[in-house]
Amino acid sequence: MFHIYCPHCAEYREEEEFHAAGQAHIARPLDPEACSDKEWGEYMFFRKNPRGIHHELWVHAAGCRKFFNMTRDTQTYEIKEVYKIGEKPSVVAE
Amino acid sequence: MQRYSGFGLLKHSLTHHENWQRTWRNPTPKKQYDVVIIGGGGHGLATAYYLAKEHGITNVAVIEKGYLGGGNTARNTTIVRSNYLWDESAHLYEHAMKLWEGLSQDLNYNVMFSQRGVLNLGHTLQDMRDIERRVNANRLNGIDGEVLDPQQVKEIVPHMDCSDNLRYPIMGASWQPRGGVARHDAVAWGFARGADSFGVDLIQQTEVTDLIIEDGTITGVKTNKYGEIKAGRVGCVVAGNSSVLAKMAGFDLPLESHPLQALVSEPIKPILDTVVMSNHVHGYVSQSDKGDLVIGAGIDGYTGYGQRGSYPTIEHTVQAIVELFPIFSRVRMNRQWGGIVDTCPDACPIISKTPVENLFFNCGWGTGGFKATPGAGNVFAASLAKGEMHPLAEPFSMFRFHDGALIDEHGAAGVAH
Repeated sequence: MFHIYCPHCAEYREEEEFHAAGQAHIARPLDPEACSDKEWGEYMFFRKNPRGIHHELWVHAAGCRKFFNMTRDTQTYEIKEVYKIGEKPSVVAE
Repeated sequence: MQRYSGFGLLKHSLTHHENWQRTWRNPTPKKQYDVVIIGGGGHGLATAYYLAKEHGITNVAVIEKGYLGGGNTARNTTIVRSNYLWDESAHLYEHAMKLWEGLSQDLNYNVMFSQRGVLNLGHTLQDMRDIERRVNANRLNGIDGEVLDPQQVKEIVPHMDCSDNLRYPIMGASWQPRGGVARHDAVAWGFARGADSFGVDLIQQTEVTDLIIEDGTITGVKTNKYGEIKAGRVGCVVAGNSSVLAKMAGFDLPLESHPLQALVSEPIKPILDTVVMSNHVHGYVSQSDKGDLVIGAGIDGYTGYGQRGSYPTIEHTVQAIVELFPIFSRVRMNRQWGGIVDTCPDACPIISKTPVENLFFNCGWGTGGFKATPGAGNVFAASLAKGEMHPLAEPFSMFRFHDGALIDEHGAAGVAH
């Protein structure tokens, strides 16, 4: 059971209040019409899915309903940090 | 290979069963193979078996970082069915189903395939519309299926609450009588024994640490125990770890790895002689020959490689099972475990060439790979043997996520995808 710190509510809440929304920092192409099928497909579907450090998007679904980012180890499940949308992670994979 | 038979059992009983041949060898790998298969689970071992048996390619190694069939093959709920909606997937899973039906004889190994039928329950009007559509599609594809009303469901599973008292009353079900369960470990062991008998080397406790790629063509793999092993072609069948291997090869896959868990109860007297699945209330249950209830939970929402699931997911699933089967409310759970499933955005697998020449992937089976074990191994072996994808595997290219030809099986893939 994760104990997750919501940076908006500024407190720890249980995992069940949150919803994982996948890989973070996926930039939408600035000009989608100019994308090739390959570029658009990779934006839509292809993911890093690393074993180890992962930056991911979470939403406090049963709380403030705001999105935030988390850096988490996908093998040990240790939560390294949480940070708000627009901020950069301080823990990164080497 | 020593063949198993009733007579053999009798013969060996005279010597106190001390002289049985080992089921497979434990060889030291050669320096070079025609085909190297990474991953010694059901799919990988089936691939090796069919490569040797149907294509005469016996200079093959299966490299497994743990022990044979120790990953998702041993962690699933053993359900076999082929009632998928779209033609592409229906053909693939039905191909597997036909192989299942003769598998024990083919392998000379009892995989305990039991066609006890599979029920997929509907709890809403939309569920029932989807079920009717899917059953009609199945029948057009020559796959058995029936739409049942609650009364008929009750006749098949008398202990299930088919009344109107549920939060989500059962409005009907689809029924595939040819579906059922198989003994998952036996499937891995049977294929391993079969492959070994043709001379395939099964290399256990050896991890592939890197792929050797020269000018966009794979030429071998690096291992932690035996250094470099050269290979003509490489088939990667590593389920949850597919993205890790793809990263070694320098590309991404449209996959996310999630923990999927299951649990079994203490053994009880026979009470459930079929398989009950429900997408809507999210649980599935069958009873093993040993007597324990085998219950499958959903995937955890986050990605993870930890081979363990979260408690809220178990709680959710057990709530659904107890709602359907009030009689199970005091059964105690015995064991719980998790496996890492590689889910694909369209809930269909990837059986495909890759951007790297001679490197093939069989992955993305998500929550439902066990049922396809013989079929997937069969078409993947054909693809590895010829270097061209088998016609049944063709639609499952990873490049469908570029051209948009997705095969949306979220309905039939069922629970937890």
